[in-house]
Amino acid sequence: MFLLRRAIRFALSLVLVVLASFAMLHLIPGDPVRAALGPTAPREAVEQRRAELGLDRPWPEQLKTYLGKVATGDFGESFLSRQPAGQVIADRLPATVQLVAVTMALALLVAVPLGMAMAARTHGGRGRRTELAFTSVTGGLSVVPEFLLAVGMIALFGVTLRWLPVAGKDGAASFVMPVLALAAGPAALLARLVRVETLRELSSDYVRLARAKRVPAVRLYLRHLLPNTLTAALTTGGLLLSSLLGGSVVVEYVFQWPGLGGTTVEAIAGKDYALAQAAILVYGAISLTVVFAVDVALGLLDPRSRPRMLG
Amino acid sequence: MRRMRSPSALAGLVLVLATLVLAVVGPWLWGEEAARFDPLHILEGHSADHPLGTDDGGRDLLARTLAATRQSVWLALLATCVTTAVGIPLGALPSVLGPRAARLVSGLIDSLVAFPVLLLAMFAALIAGAGARGAVVGIGVAAVPGLARLTRTLADTVASSDYVAAARMLGAGRTAVLLRHVLPNIAEPLILTVTANLGYSLLGLATLSLLGLGVQPPDYDWGRLLHDTLPRVYVDPEAVAGPALAVAAAGIGFALLGESLARAAARTPDAVPRGESRTVLPPGCGPLPGAPEPVLEVRDLSVSFGGTTPVRGVSFSVAPGELVGLVGESGSGKSLTALAVGGLVPYPGTVSGRVLLGGRPLEELSRRELGTRLAMVFQDPMAALNPALRVGSQLAEVATVHLGASRKEAWRRAVDRLGRVRIPDPEANARRYPHEFSGGMRQRAVIAMGLMGEPELIVADEPTTALDVTVQKRVLELLAEVNETTGAAGLLISHDLAVVSLYCRRVLVMYAGRIVEELPSSQLRRARHPYTRALVASSPDLSTDRSLPLATIPGRQPEPAEVPGGCAFAPRCARALERCRADRPELEDGVACWNPEDA
Repeated sequence: MFLLRRAIRFALSLVLVVLASFAMLHLIPGDPVRAALGPTAPREAVEQRRAELGLDRPWPEQLKTYLGKVATGDFGESFLSRQPAGQVIADRLPATVQLVAVTMALALLVAVPLGMAMAARTHGGRGRRTELAFTSVTGGLSVVPEFLLAVGMIALFGVTLRWLPVAGKDGAASFVMPVLALAAGPAALLARLVRVETLRELSSDYVRLARAKRVPAVRLYLRHLLPNTLTAALTTGGLLLSSLLGGSVVVEYVFQWPGLGGTTVEAIAGKDYALAQAAILVYGAISLTVVFAVDVALGLLDPRSRPRMLG
Repeated sequence: MRRMRSPSALAGLVLVLATLVLAVVGPWLWGEEAARFDPLHILEGHSADHPLGTDDGGRDLLARTLAATRQSVWLALLATCVTTAVGIPLGALPSVLGPRAARLVSGLIDSLVAFPVLLLAMFAALIAGAGARGAVVGIGVAAVPGLARLTRTLADTVASSDYVAAARMLGAGRTAVLLRHVLPNIAEPLILTVTANLGYSLLGLATLSLLGLGVQPPDYDWGRLLHDTLPRVYVDPEAVAGPALAVAAAGIGFALLGESLARAAARTPDAVPRGESRTVLPPGCGPLPGAPEPVLEVRDLSVSFGGTTPVRGVSFSVAPGELVGLVGESGSGKSLTALAVGGLVPYPGTVSGRVLLGGRPLEELSRRELGTRLAMVFQDPMAALNPALRVGSQLAEVATVHLGASRKEAWRRAVDRLGRVRIPDPEANARRYPHEFSGGMRQRAVIAMGLMGEPELIVADEPTTALDVTVQKRVLELLAEVNETTGAAGLLISHDLAVVSLYCRRVLVMYAGRIVEELPSSQLRRARHPYTRALVASSPDLSTDRSLPLATIPGRQPEPAEVPGGCAFAPRCARALERCRADRPELEDGVACWNPEDA
């Protein structure tokens, strides 16, 4: 029942994204084809292109064609290169997914243990200095924009120390800087959240009872606390993942990563509307899928969330 | 202002002030230099004339960075205006609409929040066209879902408060309620959030300009400067450093200021007292002489938190198989005494005195011994069971951790113990989660957990306070039965004298951190301490004369920090003498009183 509700909501959101990507082309003031081909293009060329794209037909018919095409995986072709947009995306998407997946894994692996350790260290008002240092550092990191970290790291590790490659995607070393630039903010936010959640759980009665049972500390944290804090960590992690997608666009641009982000920026700057439309559709669908997947995972993981979500 | 004490708020304030000053004076001071072409010095690195180098027109990058402050801040301000103008009304809309339309708007906000902000901004910028206007609209719109959701959440909280309900009862319309009651009450957090938003807009605009989708030449903001200098990062990193640091400082400044102010506004002052946690052992803590050795022996136990001492010099003992009650009003220190007996006083509490379990001090006992010989039951059974673990595995844990049992054996033992506390169908219920249990069943499960080892002592701290009256009785009977069948002694802590006298043979009465009387429960009606007498008189039973008003004790128990020098009860006591206010009576012959009532 809960799954069904989530699935319906997911499907509706997807439809919304498809409609928005369709509407995009029609919301652009003026003629997108004219804008893409430039003011010097001959009128016949523009007219011909419009006809090719079906833009001269009434919009309900266009919508029907568009929906049919999207359903069969046909995203049209790039205004500029005339390559199929689906092909361009299929070429570029894997690099983006790799970058984001590695980043997310790193952020979780660092943030959850760090947050729990900090909670253990600062529980009940002890370790004031540790607490201040932790909150200041993570607070700062969580607002520093990705591009600043990226530029700083390029200047330091790439140009001055020459330890790491400054751009492109070529082997494990090329992942280091993009992943760090992208992971710092989310990891900091997540670590803060895990700490706060763990602190709250630490003062609960079941932890007191577990302590009364003299459960060893490792077991207390891993078996008793972790499942209870993971819910919040995953919820936020899911939202962070979709913001990571946004951040990845910038990081890809700065590091000239051969992913979808760079292509999207080029497409928007170059008024290649068909490609931009397809890219935004794909990004939207991915972030919705992520949120949906996290929701479902939470529902299955946390026995309490099931009845609550029914209500 | 207390709020400004946090270092992040202070750092934010300094950065914001510097940015605002620069935004005003920047173009006046450096505008001319920033626009001066110098074809002889293009794309230069650091030099005495140009600390950050020059751009492709030979213009000084430091001057351009400083002069770009106004444009950057101005655009961020505009974007924030867009966010505020759309976000707050959208978030407030559900409180004005009917229930169905409100749900629709809320659903829309929720699904928009899931989208990456930067992608929303790019989408909006794409439609509005690359350029400053597109970027402002894009960044402004992208932050709308977040602000709208915050507004809705805040409005919901206020809308459910009593004064809004009262206004509704008086016939105020939804819009009037929103404008007169809801919005003014959520204005402060909203304004602080908008401040933080200004920072995020600044960073977002810089990002869009960096990607080449924002401000277009000949205009320039920090992001545009970054876009132009980025390819030179490999050659002259200082050229990028200027605009990068400027945008980061300003953006972070606004974000830090807004967020730390918002946090300070939301936070209640934290009441955790400071101090070191350590256990002070009095010298010579060997077993005390005397036959039958008590299961629990507490000698001169005190618990302090910083300057206050809620438990002061408590001594008592519990014999094997005995069920002892510890009663007192809330704040008398009885629960802390229970925690001290379990060795569970939370940081930063300090425990002094002796607690001997089976003749050995608590600190000497191993984790295993403590985990199996001592069982604790807490007040709220809902909170005492881990919601994420099956009941059975929470019980079985004791056996696997302390008794070296295999998982299977441990599980069997858990099912057996659940059966012993009369949980129906223990096989099936062991596999359930705590939220599937009723309150009474949960408390039984906690008691069963205590029976997993071979407990010599069960400390039950208000075990039935959170339960229904009918369930209370059954849980207490279970405790008494466990005491009888296993021979485990019990320390039952309660504020309810009637409960304690029914199940315990001996009663300890606590007042303001001390035991003031110790007596068999059969003697309660003939108690000698005036406080015990008053307690008995104020707890109704079947023989209470209903035509008379129920006796109450005038005054209130002193806080731990303000306990007077003499007898703590003297200010409320009708029998108090001169001496009671000056000297503190020790517990002698079972009563701590200078002027006890006749037995």
